[in-house]
Amino acid sequence: MLTATLLSSFLGVALILLLPVRWGQAAKWIALLSALLGFGFGVAAFRGYDMTPQAYPIQSMINLPWVERLGIGFITGADGISLVLILLTGIIALAGVLFSWNVTQQPRAFFALFLTIIGGVYGVFQSLDLFLLFVFYEIVIIPKYFLISNWGSTNREYGAMKLTIYSVAGSALILLVLLGIYVVNPDVSLNLIALAKYKFPHGFQLWAFPVMFLGFGILAGLWPFHTWAPTGHVAAPTAVSMLLAGIVMKLGSYGALRVAMTLFPYGLEQWRMAIAILATVGLLYGALVALAQRDLKFVVGYSSINHMGFVLLGLVTLNTIGLSGAVLQMFSHGIIGGLLFAVVGRMIYDRTHTRDLGALGQMGLAKALPFAAFTFVIASAASMGMPGFSGFIAEISILLGAWKAFPMLLIFAAIGAIITVAFTLRALQRSFFPAHESAIEIEPHPYAPISLPERLGGAILMAATLGVGLFPKILMDPILRSFESPQSLMHHLIREVTK
Amino acid sequence: MNTFLLLALVPLLPFLAAGITALLKREQRGLSATLVIGAQTVACAISLFLFAGAITAKSGAIVHNFPWLTFGNDTLRLGLLLDPLSAGMGAMVSFVTLLIFIYSVGYMKEDRNFTRFFTFLSLFSGAMLGVVYSNSLLLTFICWELVGLASYLLIGFWFHKPSAAAAAKKAFITTRVGDMGFLIGMFWLYKAAGTLLFYDNGAGCLEQAALATMAKTMVGGLAVSNIIALLIFCGAAGKSGQFPLHVWLPDAMEGPTPVSALIHAATMVAAGVYLVARVFPIFTATGAPSVSLTVVACIGAFTALFAALIAVAQTDIKRILAYSTVSQLGFMMLALGVGSVGAAMLHLIAHAFFKALLFMGAGSVIHGVHEEQDIRAMGGLWNKMPLTFATYAIGMLALAGFPLAFSGFWSKDAVLHAANLWPVSQLPFKMAAAAAFLTAFYMTRQMFYVFFGSYRGHTHPHESPVVMTLPLVILAAAAVLFSLVATPAWPWFEDFLAGHNAGFELAALREPGFLHVALTSTAIVFSGLLLGWFIYGRRPLSGVDPIEAASASAYNTLANRCYIDELYDATIIRLVALTGEISAWIDRTILQGAVNATAGFSFLISYLSDGIDRFLINFGFDHSCNALREYGSGIAGCEGGRVQGYLRVLGVGMVVLLAFLGWLLV
Repeated sequence: MLTATLLSSFLGVALILLLPVRWGQAAKWIALLSALLGFGFGVAAFRGYDMTPQAYPIQSMINLPWVERLGIGFITGADGISLVLILLTGIIALAGVLFSWNVTQQPRAFFALFLTIIGGVYGVFQSLDLFLLFVFYEIVIIPKYFLISNWGSTNREYGAMKLTIYSVAGSALILLVLLGIYVVNPDVSLNLIALAKYKFPHGFQLWAFPVMFLGFGILAGLWPFHTWAPTGHVAAPTAVSMLLAGIVMKLGSYGALRVAMTLFPYGLEQWRMAIAILATVGLLYGALVALAQRDLKFVVGYSSINHMGFVLLGLVTLNTIGLSGAVLQMFSHGIIGGLLFAVVGRMIYDRTHTRDLGALGQMGLAKALPFAAFTFVIASAASMGMPGFSGFIAEISILLGAWKAFPMLLIFAAIGAIITVAFTLRALQRSFFPAHESAIEIEPHPYAPISLPERLGGAILMAATLGVGLFPKILMDPILRSFESPQSLMHHLIREVTK
Repeated sequence: MNTFLLLALVPLLPFLAAGITALLKREQRGLSATLVIGAQTVACAISLFLFAGAITAKSGAIVHNFPWLTFGNDTLRLGLLLDPLSAGMGAMVSFVTLLIFIYSVGYMKEDRNFTRFFTFLSLFSGAMLGVVYSNSLLLTFICWELVGLASYLLIGFWFHKPSAAAAAKKAFITTRVGDMGFLIGMFWLYKAAGTLLFYDNGAGCLEQAALATMAKTMVGGLAVSNIIALLIFCGAAGKSGQFPLHVWLPDAMEGPTPVSALIHAATMVAAGVYLVARVFPIFTATGAPSVSLTVVACIGAFTALFAALIAVAQTDIKRILAYSTVSQLGFMMLALGVGSVGAAMLHLIAHAFFKALLFMGAGSVIHGVHEEQDIRAMGGLWNKMPLTFATYAIGMLALAGFPLAFSGFWSKDAVLHAANLWPVSQLPFKMAAAAAFLTAFYMTRQMFYVFFGSYRGHTHPHESPVVMTLPLVILAAAAVLFSLVATPAWPWFEDFLAGHNAGFELAALREPGFLHVALTSTAIVFSGLLLGWFIYGRRPLSGVDPIEAASASAYNTLANRCYIDELYDATIIRLVALTGEISAWIDRTILQGAVNATAGFSFLISYLSDGIDRFLINFGFDHSCNALREYGSGIAGCEGGRVQGYLRVLGVGMVVLLAFLGWLLV
C-alpha cells in the first residue's frame, strides 16, 4: 500500500508523457486520477497501521538490495509520523490538481512536473535509507524550478532560481554530512534504522548536527535562511505555492527530525537552545513582516515562516507533547497554508489580477466572491489557531511543550500568537471588506463564479483542518506511538523523566 | 436520566444547530431560525431543569471528567461541572440567549444573511454554555476562544460597514492580548497543580492539596497562586472590558443590536467575571485580601468610575449603554476583589436581565426611528413607542439602582456593602459610590434625550412588532422580580452559591452595616436622578449638550473617551507597526540583500573567469590552434577527397613501383 503511493505518482508522470500533444487536456484527468490513487493508497496505509503496543512502530517495510557495495538499499517503510505526512501529501496533491484545473499552457508538462514532485515527496516520507531519501529529496528540487519559471507570475525567474539555489545549497550540506557518515561509521550502511542505533562520536556530532539541521532547515524556513520562501511562494503558480507551503517545507522539518535529530542526539543537545531561539525569532519575525506587507500573497508567504517557526520550536522542546505537536503542526500548516494560497492565488488573483491589499479593498470581494470570502474566513480562523481547527491543538501542544522546555521563550511565542491574529485579520479585512465608506456602494465586478473544482478543493482542505481539529486523536495516536514506543527510532529524543 | 448527558447536551445542542445551519442555503431562513431556536429552547429547558435540581440537591457539585489527549506524562483531561455557580449562570445565560434569539427573528427580518446570523448566534451560545459548565480550565479556554471567534463574526456581521469590520478586528486582537496572559496562566497552573481540572475528587486544581502547594511556592516574592491568578485575570479583563483592555467593547456596538444585547451586555462580557468567580479559590489560596484580589478590586473600582464618566458624554444610544456595561462589569470585579463572589454573581445576573432589556429596548428605539442611533436626533418617543418606553424605564431604573422594587438596587447594594467592609482600603468603595451616582445621572440624561421633550428627528417613529416587544416585557418582569430573591433578608442566591439552604431573616434588613449602605446609596441614586433632571429635564434640549456648553474641554475629553484609543494608536499600535516595517525592511534589504549580494558575487566571479578564459587562456590556446590549423591545411591538401586524384597517385605509384622492380631485375 505504501509504495503504491509512490508508484501511482510516477505512473501518472509516465502516462502523461506518453500522451500525444493534441490530447494535452487529458493530462489533468490523469493527474487527478493519479492523485486520487495516491491519496487512496495513503489512506489505506494509514488505516492499516497497527497500533497495538507489541507491533514494531515502523511498518510496511520493503528492503531491496540496490548498491550493496556502498551499503545502499531501497528501503521503505513508515511509522505514524511518515503516515501523517503521506496523508497530507495525498490531500495536497488532490487539492493542488483541482486548483490547477484552469492550467491551459502546456498542460502535459505542467502536470508531469507536478506529479514528479508529489512522487518525490511520497518517496522522502517513506525512505528508510539515507541515500534513497536524499535521491527523492533531489527529485523534488528540479521540477520546482521549471514549474515556477514557466508557469509562475511575479518575478518568477528570480524566485525560481533563488529557490533552486537555496535548495541545492541545503542539499550540499546534507550531502557533506552523508559523506561524513561514510567516513565515521565503520560498517558501511546508510540504513536509517541501523544508523539510529549507532552512536556517532561526539566530536563528529558537534559539527554534523548543525550542518545537517541547517541543510534541512533551509527548506523548513529556518530564520534567517528563509528568504527563498516568500519570493518563491509569490512567484509560483497556485498549485506550486500550495505544494511549497503544504509539503515541500515539511520535507525540511521532516528531514531535520528523522535524520539530523535522530542520528545526532548529542549534537542536538548542544545546539538545541540556539535552534529554539532561531525558531522563536522566526515565528515572531514572520508575523511582524507579514503585518507590514501590501501584497496578499506575501502575507501568506510570511505566515508560513511564522507557522514553521512553531514547528521548529516544537521539535527542539524534546518532550512528547511538544514533538507530537510539531508533527501535527506540520500537517495542520500544510492544509491551512495550502488553503490560504489556493484562495489568494486561484480564487482571487486569477480573477482580479491583483493582490495588492489597497486595490482589493476597493473591489467589494466579499459580495462578488462570497465562497472565496467564506473559505478565507475559515482558513484565517484555522491559521489563527482557533479551537475546532487543527491549528489549535497543534499550537497549544507546542506551546505547552515550549513552556516546559524554554519558559522564557514562551512569552515571545505568545506575543507572536497575538501578532498572528493581527496580521491575519488585517489581511482578511483589507482583502475582502471595504476600506472606506465610499467603497460600500460600489457594485461588485462580475467575476467568473467560483468553479466546481475550486469548491471541491476548498471543501477537501476545510474538511481536513476541521476534521483533525475536532478529532485530533485520529492523527495524534499514530504520531505519539512513533515517539513513545521504546522500539521507535526517536524514543531517545524524549528528554522528560517518566513519572 | 444521566446528568452527564444532560450537561453535555446543553452546549452541544447549539453547536449542532450551528453546524447544521452552516450548511443551509441563504434562502432557508425559516428553517435556520427554527433549528437554532429549537435547539436553544431544549438547551434552556435542560439548564433550567439542572438549576432546579441543583437547588434541591443534597449533595454538592456533580463532576464528570474524561481524558481528551494523552502525551506521555501529560494527560489533558476535560470535564463538566454542575455546582450552584454553574447552574445559576447556565440558567441565566441560556434563558437570556433564548429571548434574544426570538427577538432577532424580528430585528434581522430584512437582513440578507439572516440564515448565517443564526448560525453564528448558535455557535456563540454553544461556546458560552461550554464556558459555563466546564470543569477544566483547558475546556474553558477552548470555549473561551470560540466565544471570541463568534463575537468577531457577529460584530463584523455587517461587514459592508468599514467601522464594523474594524471593530470586529479590534475586539478580537484586544481580547487576544488578555488571552495570552490567560494561556500562560493556564500553563503555569498546569505545572503547579499538575492538572487543569477544577474538581477531581481532591486532586483538582481548585482543591485543597493543589491550592496549598501553590500558596507555598514563591516566585519573585509572590506566591505562585497569586501570579497564576493575575495571569488568568488578564484574560478575564480582556473579555470583561476592564481597564486598560476596555477599548474594544464600546466599538463592538457596530454589530447588530441583538448581538450587543446578547454578547456585549448580558453574557460574553460577563464570562470574565464568571471565570474569576470560578477560579476564585486560586485568588484566595494565600488568604482573603490577597495581592491578586487587591489588584482585581482596584482595577474593578477604577473601571467602574472611569467608564461611568465617559458614559456621561456619549451621544450614541448604544455607546452609552456600552460604557455603562463596562462600568457595571467594574462593579462585579470590585465585588470579587473584595472577596464577595455572591455579590458579584448577584449583580452579574441582575445586570444581565436589565442590560439585555436596555439593549433590546435601544434596538427597538433604533428600529422605530429608522436606524438612527444619535440620541440628539430622538426625543419625545414615550407616546410613540409606549411599550418600549415603559420597559426601557424599568431597565433604566434597575440600572440606576432605584430603591426597593428593582433588582439593580439590591445587587448594587450588595457590591457596595462588600466594598465598604473591605479591610484594605475605603477608596474602592468611594469610587464605586461615585460611579453609582454617575450611573443614575447619565441614565437620566439618556431618558430625557430619547423619550421626553419633543421629537428632533425627521422620520416617523413607530412601535416595534410583538416579536421584539415580548422579550422586552419578559425581561422587564425579570428585572423587577429578581429583586425578590436578591434582598439581604432572604440571601437565597448567595446562600445557594455558598451551598447551604437560606433562611428568611427580616432582621438582616435592619442590620446597621447594611442599612447604612442602603441609605447612602439611595441618597446617591436620588441625587443622580435629580441632577440629571436639573440639567436635562427642565428645558427643551438642543444640539449642544448643556455640559458641553458649560465646559467644552471636559466634555470633549470624555466624549473622546479620554483619548485612550488615540494613546494606544500612538504607542503600542505604532510600535508594533514600526517593528513590522523594520522587520520587513531587514528582510528586503539585509537578508535578501545578503542573498542577492552572494548571487552578485557569484556573477562577478563568473564574469571574471569568463574574461580570464577569453583573454588569457584563450589567447595561448587560439595561437596554438591557429598554428596547428595552418600546418594542418598544408597536410589537408593531400586529402582532396577526389577519387580521380587518388587513382592518379595510385597509377603514378604503380608505374614508379614497376620501374623500380624492373631496375632490380635488370
